[in-house]
Amino acid sequence: MTAAGVPTPGWRAWVLLAPLLAWVGIFVVAPAALLLVYSFCDRDELGRVVFDFSTASYARVLDPIYVGIFARSLGYAAATTVLCLVIGFPVAWWIARTPAPARGRWLLLVMVPFWTSFLVRTYAWIMILKQEGLLNAVLRSLAPGTPPLELLYTPTAVMIGLVYAYLPFMILPIYGSAEKLDGSLLEAAHDLGAGPLRVFSSVIIPLTLPGIAAGALLVFVPSIAMFAITDLMGGAKVPLLGNVIQNQFLQARDWPFGAALGVVFMALFALSYWILVRFQDRGQEGQR
Amino acid sequence: MVERGLRAWTLAVLAFLYLPIAVLVVYSFNASRLNVSWQGFTFDWYRQLAMNSPLRQAAWNSLVVALATTALSVVIGTGGAWLLHRHRFPAARLIQTLVALPMVMPEILLGISLLVLFATAGVQLGFTTVIIGHVTFSFPFVLVAVQARLRGMDPALEEAALDLGATPWRAFRLVILPYLRPAIAAGGLMAFTLSWDELIVTFFTADAASATLPLRIFGLAKVGLNPMINALSALFVLATVAFVLFSARLRRDAAANPLSP
Repeated sequence: MTAAGVPTPGWRAWVLLAPLLAWVGIFVVAPAALLLVYSFCDRDELGRVVFDFSTASYARVLDPIYVGIFARSLGYAAATTVLCLVIGFPVAWWIARTPAPARGRWLLLVMVPFWTSFLVRTYAWIMILKQEGLLNAVLRSLAPGTPPLELLYTPTAVMIGLVYAYLPFMILPIYGSAEKLDGSLLEAAHDLGAGPLRVFSSVIIPLTLPGIAAGALLVFVPSIAMFAITDLMGGAKVPLLGNVIQNQFLQARDWPFGAALGVVFMALFALSYWILVRFQDRGQEGQR
Repeated sequence: MVERGLRAWTLAVLAFLYLPIAVLVVYSFNASRLNVSWQGFTFDWYRQLAMNSPLRQAAWNSLVVALATTALSVVIGTGGAWLLHRHRFPAARLIQTLVALPMVMPEILLGISLLVLFATAGVQLGFTTVIIGHVTFSFPFVLVAVQARLRGMDPALEEAALDLGATPWRAFRLVILPYLRPAIAAGGLMAFTLSWDELIVTFFTADAASATLPLRIFGLAKVGLNPMINALSALFVLATVAFVLFSARLRRDAAANPLSP
């Protein structure tokens, strides 16, 4: 790009860009800053927010109950990420290695669930998992007399819901990386005597790392606080971070505490994002 | 060997992805209210759905919100992408990062921080606040889509228009915009779908009168099963399939466009 092609902006350009800057400033930056302010606020006897400096909310975040909820939420999110990776990687890889016309059709098959409302997809599982649901009906017809499985409103149901909702978010970025991978690299590794495991660990994994990292971020971060899935599949019996935050803002109305939880979550998100960017940079160096 | 294993695995995973959706669609035609056993084919749930006024109202709300979101996102996203491409703004990287933030930020954080903003500013929750929330996470997708297409554009396109005496605005309207149309359409479709499906941000920014369809479905699904939701879900799935096929077609057309890189 030459300097002539990209001139420095005059006042007209600034005026034209102003709506976008204002939008981002007012609706992204200011709310985040306000959240930070609220997290250091206090509450009066009636529960109203008072603008006094206080670290009480953060002290409460460190309460074992809430540390436990954080740990459990991170655990669920990590398990979801690993399961999505293990289930999704072979799919992404196989589709990316399929010759062109068929590849597009396979990809389209992954896109449809990706674009289908997660709410609709989660609701489908309620129908399958509930006690008098489809799964138990099938079990009964296969093995009459077996006691019905009680899956809905259990941690297992929450895990199924999370993995099912986020699996396409893992498959698509890995597909993106795998598709760009030059097949002759695999042949070269083969010719140089690398076994399939060696090819996998020394060629395939490093070269698809940017996709894996992007997929991991897209699955890990949202599943930490996805209260809609835990509500529907766990029946709020498995409260995770999202349920607690939502509760502080809408039912308990302890906004400073909810804000403090939000700020800590925001920090976790920023950290994950930073790690992702580093991974992607490294992956790009690897491709050169 | 490995090849066949991978293929079988892919088929199994796709079955896992599609089976629940298929069950949902099939059972939306089941006469039984309890859903488990098949008791004959019926359109009753669709009929009830069409006559359910809260759900109809919610569908209307969703449509209004999604259309407003799409229009605003296309204007802000396309304009922003062009300006950031055409000029070297100081802090362009920072602007880019801040714009991209709502795309990757967990929705609950956007939801609670907007709620705090509106409460502090004394803004009543309603259609305006819902649309603001939706535009905030939708317009970056338009911006990114348009930016990707701009990167492949020949600068001579604009130069030729200017040399032939067009004003910058005319050049933008008559040359750049038509070139960008596939990206704008793709980004706009994305904005529409994101808005149409969105639950979490809406959850924190809507009031009872502006409740969208996902918000109502969530409320009903929390209470338990409801055959009307099966019917509604089946319609959602149908719309999704149509959307995916349409956008795949759009991409093909874009690839066939002689002006495209």
